[in-house]
Amino acid sequence: MALDVRIPAREDAASRLDEGAQTQGAVPGQTRDYFRQKVWLTWAVLCALLGAAFYALHLDFGYVGQKLPFLLGIRLSPDGFIQGAVLTVFVTGCSMIFALMVAFLTALGRLSRNPVAFAIATFYASLFRGTPLMVQVLIIYLALPQVGVVLGGLTSGLIALSLNYGAYLAETIRSGLMAVPAGQREAAMALGLPRWVAAWKIIAPQALRLIIPPAGALFVSMLKDSSLVSLMGLWELNFLAQSYARSSFHYMEMLLAAALIYWGLSIVFEVVQLRLERRFGKGVAARGAHATGPRKA
Amino acid sequence: MERTSPPPLVSLTQLNKWYGNRQVLRNISLDVRPHERLIICGASGSGKSTLLRCINGLEPHQSGRVMVDGTELTRAPKALQIVRREVGMVFQSFNLFPHLTAIENCTLAPIWVRKLSPEEAHATALNYLDRVHLSARAHQYPSELSGGEQQRVAIARALCMTPKVMLFDEPTSALDPVMIKEVLDIISELARTGMTMICVTHEMGFARRLADRVLFMDRGEIIEEGTPDEFFQNPQSELLKTFLSRVLHGASAAAV
Repeated sequence: MALDVRIPAREDAASRLDEGAQTQGAVPGQTRDYFRQKVWLTWAVLCALLGAAFYALHLDFGYVGQKLPFLLGIRLSPDGFIQGAVLTVFVTGCSMIFALMVAFLTALGRLSRNPVAFAIATFYASLFRGTPLMVQVLIIYLALPQVGVVLGGLTSGLIALSLNYGAYLAETIRSGLMAVPAGQREAAMALGLPRWVAAWKIIAPQALRLIIPPAGALFVSMLKDSSLVSLMGLWELNFLAQSYARSSFHYMEMLLAAALIYWGLSIVFEVVQLRLERRFGKGVAARGAHATGPRKA
Repeated sequence: MERTSPPPLVSLTQLNKWYGNRQVLRNISLDVRPHERLIICGASGSGKSTLLRCINGLEPHQSGRVMVDGTELTRAPKALQIVRREVGMVFQSFNLFPHLTAIENCTLAPIWVRKLSPEEAHATALNYLDRVHLSARAHQYPSELSGGEQQRVAIARALCMTPKVMLFDEPTSALDPVMIKEVLDIISELARTGMTMICVTHEMGFARRLADRVLFMDRGEIIEEGTPDEFFQNPQSELLKTFLSRVLHGASAAAV
């Protein structure tokens, strides 16, 4: 029944495609370019407005310039360790990799028929999604030593972030895997494809298309939550900005500088996400001008 | 009437299957000889699709025996793989891989299962896409093809594995009349090449033209079977008479 509903839509799309090819030719491309131009223009105007607002605050840009190498982490901290934005990126990057591994295993556990695996996966996801990240960070850093496990600040931070985000990401991965229609698995089996080939070539690419956008949002959020490692005395971006602000009373300058650096980093994440989305979106009919818009880039 | 008959390609013996407490297949015994064209019909829920899916192990059976080309189908991965390699299947909802182009859909299994080189697989795929009259659209994604074209690619994809028997599970039920014809024409062309096929369908006219043998199922049982002439002109059981009158009446109503 569900299929009967879908067919007319497909026919529509196909006939529209044909029409486009025969009569209109260049028009879809033109609308796409028009859309992109307007998008860039609007962004430029909004950026200019934001810049004007900053200018109106009469900030001490000299002080910002003086502290920028430290905030960005181009200089090492006094004890010779990475600091600032570099540390933020390092913490986020490592936690991302560990979170992905934990999340993948948890998602498999959630989909498993083994009751113990299922229970462990649901218990973990519930516990780490249901308690505040800051509490988790502190418990791992402060409480574990009481039972004889002493971890450094950086290690504790990485573990806490990975476990917390792994719990969220597990649900994203699970829903992506479940959203691949059963018919895909059946077609792969009917062709005699070994399980791992079906998983790698059929299921994973289709699941990834659905997993990437929410996972990207999670990683952008993780980028900012990584500032919690400053609780363990690590000089990441947010911590540096606040301590410079306090010592010099240049609060606005430091906070805005940190905010802009965070923003720049998230834009990098967003671009990567967009690239991946496009790569795994092959074969999916684009919907709306915004979906076709950046495709040509 | 029986010539020196070759051994059956597909042989089901006393097949039983349950979903929980509900029995969906009852004591099915059935032999399909090489080059035979068997059509299965019956109301929805009569177990015909399930029967088809038991032949390539998409559904496990609880008792009885399924033999395909001399291999007994068990749940052992080895047996499943041997059987599935020789059995092509076409689904009601096409089930093409949406992230792969038509030709990539066709080359995947030959490369990974038959271990063909990419070049060989490509050549084979083009050959079969040509047989379904779609070689010009080889590099398009399923979403860019019509329903009928998608189903024809699905047929080509199955044929690329050079199966010994083809299973069709209501191949035209999701299509409109024009597309139904193009898909049935392809299946008829395939039949002329001597392919062994088992087809579940509601297209009675097609069944009559194509089949060597027609089989009617109800509630998991084979109620009646015979040549198309016997089957359509002289149905024995009340169940089949009722079914035929409904289906044929429905068909003529749709034609108006």
